[in-house]
Amino acid sequence: MDTLLLSRIQFGANISFHILFPTITIALGWMLLFFKLRFSVTGERKWMDAYMFWVKIFALSFAMGVVSGITMSFQFGTNWPGFMETVGNVAGPLLAYEVITAFFLEAVFLGIMLFGASRVKPWVHTLATFLVAFGTTMSAFWIIVLNSWMHTPQGYELRDGVVFATDWWAIVFNPSMPYRLIHMLLASGLTVAFLIAGISALRLLWGDRAESVKTTLRVGIIAAAGLIPLQILAGDFHGLNTLEHQPAKVAAMEGNWDTGPNIPLVLFAIPDEEARENRFEIGIPNGASLILKHKVDGVVPGLNDFVAEDGTPLHPRVTPVFFSFRIMVATGMAMLALSWAGLYLLRRYGAGAMPDVPLYAFAAMSFSGWIATLAGWYTTEIGRQPWLVQGVLSTKDAVSDVPSGMVLSTLIGYLVIYAVLIVAYIGVITYLARKASRGEPLSSRVYPRSGEAEVAALHAGE
Amino acid sequence: MTYFGDPAIWLPWTFAALMGLSILIYVILDGFDLGVGLLMPLAEEREKDRLVASIGPFWDANETWLVLAIGLLLVAFPPAHGIILTSLYLPVFIMLVGLILRGVSFEFRAKAPLSQKKRWNAAFFIGSLMASMSQGFMLGMYVMGLTWTLSHVAFALLTAVFLTVGYSFIGAAWLIAKTEGALQTRAVGWAKGGIWGLILGIGAISVATPFVSPRIFDKWFSLPEFLYLSPMPILSGALVLYLFWRIHKLPQVGDKTAWSPFAAAMALFALAFAGMAYSFYPYVVPEQITIYDAAAAPESLFIILIGTLFVLPAILGYTALSYYIFRGKATELRYD
Ligand code: HDD
Ligand code: HEM
Ligand code: HEM
Repeated sequence: MDTLLLSRIQFGANISFHILFPTITIALGWMLLFFKLRFSVTGERKWMDAYMFWVKIFALSFAMGVVSGITMSFQFGTNWPGFMETVGNVAGPLLAYEVITAFFLEAVFLGIMLFGASRVKPWVHTLATFLVAFGTTMSAFWIIVLNSWMHTPQGYELRDGVVFATDWWAIVFNPSMPYRLIHMLLASGLTVAFLIAGISALRLLWGDRAESVKTTLRVGIIAAAGLIPLQILAGDFHGLNTLEHQPAKVAAMEGNWDTGPNIPLVLFAIPDEEARENRFEIGIPNGASLILKHKVDGVVPGLNDFVAEDGTPLHPRVTPVFFSFRIMVATGMAMLALSWAGLYLLRRYGAGAMPDVPLYAFAAMSFSGWIATLAGWYTTEIGRQPWLVQGVLSTKDAVSDVPSGMVLSTLIGYLVIYAVLIVAYIGVITYLARKASRGEPLSSRVYPRSGEAEVAALHAGE
Repeated sequence: MTYFGDPAIWLPWTFAALMGLSILIYVILDGFDLGVGLLMPLAEEREKDRLVASIGPFWDANETWLVLAIGLLLVAFPPAHGIILTSLYLPVFIMLVGLILRGVSFEFRAKAPLSQKKRWNAAFFIGSLMASMSQGFMLGMYVMGLTWTLSHVAFALLTAVFLTVGYSFIGAAWLIAKTEGALQTRAVGWAKGGIWGLILGIGAISVATPFVSPRIFDKWFSLPEFLYLSPMPILSGALVLYLFWRIHKLPQVGDKTAWSPFAAAMALFALAFAGMAYSFYPYVVPEQITIYDAAAAPESLFIILIGTLFVLPAILGYTALSYYIFRGKATELRYD
C-alpha cells in the first residue's frame, strides 16, 4: 500500500477515535451544568448524586478527548504537509483561534470544575462548569468552521496556487457551516441522551433503586425524544445544502446513476461501480425526487454526470458513501422509534416501574450515537473525495513523502492502542455503573445549598 | 500594507517570539508534571496518590501550551512545520503515544477496579518516559540540523537522557514545594540526583551548538558579542551553585524556602532557552529556512495577532487564578 492510502487510513483512524470523545464531552458538559443548577434550585440530593456519577465519566471522556486531540494537531504536519502549505492562510487562523479561545478555557477551568468544589464558592464552581461546557462548544464551532470551509470554500483567492484569505466573514460563515454545526451539536446531544438513558437502564436492570437513576433515565429519554425530530429535520436541510454545493456527493449517497425526474428513494442496494448500476435495489418510487426537490418529477443529479471524457470517475467511491449514509439514517430512525416509545412508557409506568424489555433496548442503544456520528462523518468526508478542499486541493497533492513503511508501522501502533483504550473505556463505565448500583456512596460530603452555611462532614479515611 | 513599518519583518519576528515563549512555558510546566510521572516508580505505594494529586488540576492546561506552540509553528511558518514534523515523524509518534498513555492512565488509575491500579501506574510512568525521551531526542536532532546521521542520532539519544533526568529534577523541585513530611524529604533526595541531568544536558548542548555551524560559532565567539553574552553562562553557573547549596539545606523548619529550587530551575530553563534562541535566530529550520522565508501571509498573521493580544492576557490571568486556587500543599483529589 502506498503512503497516500496509508495516510488516509491513519488520519481516518485518528479522527474517528478522537471524535468519539468530543461527541460525549460537548453535550455532557451542558448536562452536568443542568444537574448542578437543578440541585441548587431544588436542593434535592438526587441531582447531586447524578452529577457525581456523570462527572466521573465526563472526566474520563475529557482525558481521552484531549490526548487524541493532541495527536490530531500533529497529523497535519506529519502526514499532510501540503494541506498547510496550500490553505494554511485560511486554516491557520481558524485553528489558532480554536486553541486560544477554546482549549485554554476548557483545560484550565476543567481543573477547577473537577477538583475545586471544596476550594471555591459554589457559584464559582458553577461558573467553572459553565465555562468548560462553553469551551467545548466553542472548539466544536471553530473546527466545524474549518471543516465546512473545506467542503464549501469561499472568501479566498489563489495566488501561485496558494490560498490567500480575502473575506474572513465569508470564510467563517461559509454556506455549509450552519448546517454542519447544528447537525453536529444535535448529534452530540443525542449521543449523550442515549448514553445516559442506556447506562441508567442498565443500573435499573441491575436492581439499583436510587432516585437519581430514575431521574437520569427520565432526563435521557426526554432529551432523546426531543432532539431526534430536530436532528432529522436538520439532516434534511443539510442534505439540500449539500445538493446545492456538492451534487456528486448526494448522488453517491442516494445511489443514483442517471440524472432525471421521478427518481426512487433507494432503501437498499449493492452499488456496482464496474457496471455503474445498482444490484438488488429496493426503492420507494419518486422518493428521492420528493425528498430532494419536494416534487414527484423533480430532476435529481446522477453519478454519470460526473465522469471525465476518458471514463475516469470524478465522483467519490459510491459504496462506502452509500452505506454509511444508510447506517446513519437507520440509526436515526431507531432512535426515533425507541425514544418515543420510551416517552409513552414513562407516562404509563413511570421510570421506576419500566418493564425489562425497553430497559434492555435502551441499554443496547447506549453507544448508538457513536455509530451514527461516525457514519455521518464517513458520508461527509469520503463523499468529498477526490478533493481535500473542494475544487482547490486534491487529497493526493497534500500527502507527505514519508516512507510508507513508517506510516504503516505507526498506523498499526495507533490501532493497537486505540483498541485497548476503547475496551478499557467502556469497561470502566460499566464498572462504575455496577459499583454505583451496589449502593456504594458517591460522595461523603453534605452539600450546602447556596446561601446555607457549609457543613463539611468528611468521613474518616476518605 | 504598512502597519508600523514593514509587517514582513516584524510579524514573523513577533510570531517567532510568541512561539518561543509558548515552547518555554510548555517545557517548564509540562516538564514538572512529566517529571512527577518519571518519579512514580521511586515513590512508595501509598505516596503515589499524592504525587498524582500534586499535578491533577494542572496537567491538561500544561499540555495545551504544546498545542499552542505547534499551532503557532503551523500557522505562522507552514513550510517549516511540514519539514520539521516529517523529518521527526517517528519521535513525534513516540511522544504522542506517550502523552496518550499518560493522560488516560491518570483517569483510569483512579476509576478502574483496584486490581488494575498497578498496571495503570506503570502506564503512567512509561508514558511519561516516552514523552520525555522523545522530546529530548527531538531537541538534539533539531540542534544537529534535523539530519539523520549516526553521530547526530547518538547525540540526540544523549540529549534524550539528559532532558529526561532534567525533567525529573524539575518534577522533584515541584514536589518539594507541594508536599511535606517524609515525602518532601524523599523529593529532596530525588532532586539531588536529577540536578545532574540538567547540568549535563545544558552543558552538552552549549558545547555542541557552536560547532554545528560556523555561523553560530561566530555569533558566540567573536568580539564584542562574546563580552555581551558572557553574563549568560556566568548567571547559569551561579544558579547551579545556588541550587546545590539550597538543596543540601532542604527541607528546612517551617518550610521556608520550599519554592526556591523550583524558581531557580525555571530560571535555568529560561536561560538555556534564551541561549538556543540566540544561536538559531533567524532560522526556524536550522541553516535551511529563516522565519522570514517561511512566514505565512501578513494578512493572516495579523488576524491571529489581534486575537492573541486580547486573549493571551486572559489566558495568563485565569491560569494564574487556577494556580492560586490550588495553592498550598497538595491534598487528595476529590470531585466534591
Ligand atoms: C465537533 C467537535 C470536534 C471535532 C470535529 C474535533 N474536535 Fe478536537 N476537541 C473537541 C471538539 C472537536 C473538544 C470537545 O473541544 C475536545 C474534546 C475534549 C477536550 O478537551 O476538548 C477536543 C480536544 C482537542 C484537542 C486537545 C485540546 C486540549 O488540550 O484541551 C486538540 C489538540 C484537538 N481537539 C484538535 C482537533 C483537530 C486537529 C481536529 C480535526 C482535524 C479536531 N480536534 C476535531
Ligand atoms: C480541520 C478539520 C479537518 C481536516 C483538515 C480534515 C482532513 C482530512 C484529510 C486530509 C483526510 C484524508 C483524505 C481522505 O482519505 O479522505 C480526511 C479524511 C477523513 N476525515 Fe477529515 N478533516 C477534518 C475534519 C474532520 C472531522 C472533524 C472529522 C470527524 C470525525 C473528519 C473525519 C474524517 C474521516 C472519517 C476521514 C476518512 C475518510 C476516508 O477513509 O477516506 N474529518 N480528512
Ligand atoms: C435520520 C435522519 C438523518 C438525516 C436525513 C441526516 C442527514 C445527513 C446528511 C445529508 C449528512 C451529510 C452532510 C454532507 O453532505 O456533508 C449528514 C452528516 C452527518 N450526520 Fe446525519 N442525518 C440524520 C441523522 C443523524 C443522526 C441520528 C446523527 C448522530 C447522532 C447524525 C450525525 C451526523 C454527523 C456527525 C455528520 C457529519 C457532520 C456533518 O456533515 O454534519 N445524523 N447527515
